[in-house]
Amino acid sequence: MDVFVKIMAFIAATVVQGTPLLFGAVGEIITEKSGNLNLGIPGIMYIGGISGIIGGYLYEHFCAEPIPILCVIISLLASLVGSAFIAFIYSFLTITLKANQNVVGLALTTLGVGLGNFYGGSLLKFFGEDGSISLYITGNAYKTKIPFLSDHLGIFGETFFSFGFLVYLAIFIAILSQWIINRTRVGLNLRAIGENPATADAAGINVSLYKYVATCVGGAIAGLGGLYFVMDYTTGAWTNNGFGDRGWLAIAIVIFALWKPRSAILSSYIFGGLYIASVFISGLSGSTKELIKMLPYLVTIIVLVFTSSRKKREHQPPAALGQSYFREER
Amino acid sequence: MNNVAIELRGITKRFGSVVANKGVNLTVCNGEILSLLGENGSGKTTLMNVISGIYHPDEGQIIIGGEPVSINSPHDAFNYKIGMIHQHFKLVDLFTAAENIILGLNEKGKFDIKSVSKKVAEISSKYGFDIDPNKKIYEMSVSEKQTVEIIKVLYRGADILILDEPTAVLTPQETRKLFDILRRMRDDGKAIIIITHKLHEVLDLSDKVAVLRHGEYVGTVNTSEADENILTEMMVGKKVELNIERPEPVDPQDRLVVEHIDCMSREGVKLLDDVSFTVRSGEILGIAGIAGSGQRELLEAIAGLQKLDGGSIIYHNPKTGTSENLRDKTPLEIRELGVRLSFVPEDRLGMGLVGNMSVVDNMMLRSYRRGKSVFVERHGPEELAHKIIKDLEVATPDAETPVRRLSGGNVQKVLLGREISSSPTLLMAAYPVRGLDINSSYLIYDLLNDQKRKGVAVIFVGEDLDVLLDLCDRIMVIGSGRITGIVDGRNATKNEVGYLMTKTDREEEKSDAE
Repeated sequence: MDVFVKIMAFIAATVVQGTPLLFGAVGEIITEKSGNLNLGIPGIMYIGGISGIIGGYLYEHFCAEPIPILCVIISLLASLVGSAFIAFIYSFLTITLKANQNVVGLALTTLGVGLGNFYGGSLLKFFGEDGSISLYITGNAYKTKIPFLSDHLGIFGETFFSFGFLVYLAIFIAILSQWIINRTRVGLNLRAIGENPATADAAGINVSLYKYVATCVGGAIAGLGGLYFVMDYTTGAWTNNGFGDRGWLAIAIVIFALWKPRSAILSSYIFGGLYIASVFISGLSGSTKELIKMLPYLVTIIVLVFTSSRKKREHQPPAALGQSYFREER
Repeated sequence: MNNVAIELRGITKRFGSVVANKGVNLTVCNGEILSLLGENGSGKTTLMNVISGIYHPDEGQIIIGGEPVSINSPHDAFNYKIGMIHQHFKLVDLFTAAENIILGLNEKGKFDIKSVSKKVAEISSKYGFDIDPNKKIYEMSVSEKQTVEIIKVLYRGADILILDEPTAVLTPQETRKLFDILRRMRDDGKAIIIITHKLHEVLDLSDKVAVLRHGEYVGTVNTSEADENILTEMMVGKKVELNIERPEPVDPQDRLVVEHIDCMSREGVKLLDDVSFTVRSGEILGIAGIAGSGQRELLEAIAGLQKLDGGSIIYHNPKTGTSENLRDKTPLEIRELGVRLSFVPEDRLGMGLVGNMSVVDNMMLRSYRRGKSVFVERHGPEELAHKIIKDLEVATPDAETPVRRLSGGNVQKVLLGREISSSPTLLMAAYPVRGLDINSSYLIYDLLNDQKRKGVAVIFVGEDLDVLLDLCDRIMVIGSGRITGIVDGRNATKNEVGYLMTKTDREEEKSDAE
């Protein structure tokens, strides 16, 4: 029984670790489907986190009796706006000004991480406070469990229904985007743009508009990964560089999941499990632990080797990924 | 039945000082196929782009259904039920036929790919298309892709179809199938315009033929009253005397013997088909043909840039008296064999010269292997660059100017000068006077004649028939990768060459069908 409890605890931890990755991966998939390779996602996830923190802090700080549900709504909106704004900068530079996507993406990652750490470290000082940020009310509001299901189903309820709402939102967004991409006219147009923008343009589709919307929506979704981390995982506390390199793992998952949001769900949990595995294996020496911690990165490399040598056309990245679209002026 | 579908009146389109279309009149009725015939650069595609809304005409009127209309965008053209099938397909490879067909269409109601497939199947059975709506484009042959393009415009309800050289990429069997479908669409009351320069297709398929020559509208004839002679004469026009010098060849010897070479594209289309000919020293061999008939592949095969599927290219070395087979050798191997071959490619700043490098550095592209130490030797190339600039009167500030800043004529002088400087025994020049003014053109002709007098075997690929007839000793005509004839430049007529250019071997097609 002890082992069973431990396995269930591991599964729960896997889901917790996988959720930020899932948001990031789904956001990046939507972006890449439009032909934009947004390497700014790791930075955008930091921005998503810190924007939520700023929104939540301002409300908690200036309101005498903060209402939990408003805490959630305000920080959620702040997070969405913050990360969509960075994605908008990316869009403007790469779509309108046709700048190199890799360069812009990497620059935005540096910017995002830097901004996150800057505000994380100095937000309190602006308002004359000391110490570090901790938004207990907001954080605990995010952690609210599903009533009834979480405490009436024994260990299953504790394992599968005890997460905050963002965990379920991530799964819902993944399934919804899979449906939109594959089953709707909008999705068909979006895929056409990622594959062959000139053809899409000739068919009368507004290529730039689609790219802007997909990149900004994708950025906003990815930002929720950062928000989940700071609000739910660390209960409203910010630590500099606390989010770590999860953003890059999210980008690796995009490849692992072969650009399918649905496959990203399981992929994210696998990567999340590998990320946390060292904690759950008992009796490891310090050095072995470090080796286990390498697993996600090792898997990423192996996955890259396999996917790049795979021949099936459906498993390849969007054909026009990473290229700016110039309409031929003739 | 015979009501006019679309009428053009006095359409003129200029690009800067170049007149691409001048006073074109055209009428197509419903249930009629019109062929638009003309050489390269005669303005066929420009005219079709005017109809499909990509260009706006400077003068003239377009009348559809009795009303003058203004077509300002491809979207407008679509509203007037005009559908254009481009030579280069606009399809998403990863999508199925059905997905491509409805791409960008904002039909009302639920998005349902199954009902699209059903409608596609209806159109297919009506006109005799053979297509699986759920097949992915990347699994399709060229002719299947073309079918998808045609169904795409029919699905959108087009009544006027324009096909830009639809048979260029098809095999004879596929062409026949396409023509059957086009006839069925004609019988269904559609108006069809087909752009082509293959005479027998024109006579085979169309009801009327409109001919353009150098952008000017020559006239329209009923196909029943036309034959190949009439059409060729309308297409190429009368001979113009250019007074280009043509010295008599002195002691011609076989320099290059090409025998039965074949070359296949990746799509399985024959680019060169059993090509055999001989190039002689002290002689200019002209190559005439519609653009893209295999001229490029032929020259690149000789230069060692194109892999062949069969045949041999034998070079007779005048110095040593030995013979070498150049087939499938790299340019470097060819040079090491002692073959002094110079190649002036069609794409001057792509294959011939490096635009961002100076005149001197471009000279070094030919000589960088010389010199004893790890450093390149610059004195020789510098002298050569100055010599070329002086001798050929290249207009450039100095020898260190990047060649991309020079005008087209001067770029060509630099390239030709460099190629001639290595005193070749075989000189190949592809479209060396394209885009050059009259004076520069004559200078190039003189340079080629100089080489000829020196006993160089010269191959000259040209597009202007008047020039070919005045400059070359023999003219070889290539059509769809095949040699359709070799004529004597001194007594051949323009009609003769023009006819050979548009001829495809019909005997062959008949045997294919059996």
